[in-house]
Amino acid sequence: MKSFERLVVEQIPRLRRYARALTGDREPADDLVQETLTRAMSRRHLWIRDKEIRPWLFTIMHNLYVNEIEKRARTPVLIAAEEDDTRLVAKGHADGGVILRDLERALKELSEEQREVVLLVGLEQLSYKETARILGIPSGTVMSRLSRGRERLRELMSGKNGVGLRRIK
Amino acid sequence: MSEKSKAISEDELQACVDARLEGPRHDRVAAAVASDPELAQRAEQLRRLTDAMHAAYDSVLDEPVPPEMLRTVINRGQAPFLRLAAVVAWMTIGGVIGGLIVSSTGPTTEVVAERPLPREAAYAHAVYVPEVRHPVEVGADERAHLNAWLSKRLAATVVAPDVREAGYQLVGGRLLPDAGRPAAQFMYEDAEGARITLYVRGHGETTRDTALRHAEDGNISVVYWLDGSLAYALAGSVERSRLETIAEDMYRALNP
Repeated sequence: MKSFERLVVEQIPRLRRYARALTGDREPADDLVQETLTRAMSRRHLWIRDKEIRPWLFTIMHNLYVNEIEKRARTPVLIAAEEDDTRLVAKGHADGGVILRDLERALKELSEEQREVVLLVGLEQLSYKETARILGIPSGTVMSRLSRGRERLRELMSGKNGVGLRRIK
Repeated sequence: MSEKSKAISEDELQACVDARLEGPRHDRVAAAVASDPELAQRAEQLRRLTDAMHAAYDSVLDEPVPPEMLRTVINRGQAPFLRLAAVVAWMTIGGVIGGLIVSSTGPTTEVVAERPLPREAAYAHAVYVPEVRHPVEVGADERAHLNAWLSKRLAATVVAPDVREAGYQLVGGRLLPDAGRPAAQFMYEDAEGARITLYVRGHGETTRDTALRHAEDGNISVVYWLDGSLAYALAGSVERSRLETIAEDMYRALNP
């Protein structure tokens, strides 16, 4: 039997991957993970031991993310004028950079709600039921957000420059 | 749209691509996709989208975990069983490791004792747990006295950890001989009257905390660890994982 701490540590890479895709940038993503871990540790007594830890952690992250979005909506922030694309190039994949930028732009076009569903199912490979539980929405809503989100991504990625989806085998 | 693609809903197609369909439902959708070029193309696009996400973001999985994140989990957990060495081991298994973390590891220490601690604890457990009239010398109603008395005899701060949250009430404690030196036993009971005992004794030269260890003696499971100048062994006829959870609670209660 693994300890709670170990179970949490094992999930860090996946929490970071999801946060990176969700926020589109390393720093806010890691801040989100950091906050998630802090909250998870302070609420460890709320975790039911026999339940899988991953959905539990993702639920915490989702709630923090939603709070953050709401907070940002209330306080307008200044956004840097120039965008530095190079900082986000993924390593280890020949097409990683191109795909990342295309996909990142496309993901940004989605609503927060669609983006979360598309990433939890597609990237994190969570089941529809788990996704519904994490986001606190009915399964039917997961399905409709998923198909609308994916359709939108497909349009954005094949429409803009024709590169995105065709480059990968 | 052909007849076949009409029979397959968008949700079913997605579920098929996401590998969320089973049995006849999966077979039906898979057959329709195989025989309908239009469906096949849509399925392929969905698949490519998922591939694109992995191509774009999977590299994050290989990035070293920032030490700050590990510290958040491990320091807050306050568990001695989670030395960095252990963490590095898990991360290595997962193929994720940060250079910074490796350099800060130290060896963990084995329990140093005259007689094996888990055995001693299991014996004491077996002897006193069935006791109906005199399970303990000093009851939980005299908790302060119990702690003070045992601390004095063991020449260390000995405290019965509070694990009511885990469902165990303190029954009380007693003083025991252990290779000619004083040791202590605290007894706890759950709502059904099932008992677990925490055996405490001083240990020699080493003051290093250790990982949580486990031993079996007959049907008695023992989880033990070192913490400062004391060695602890929690014994009970309960599942190992359950016992480990209680042991972690005890450690935390003793190291607030």
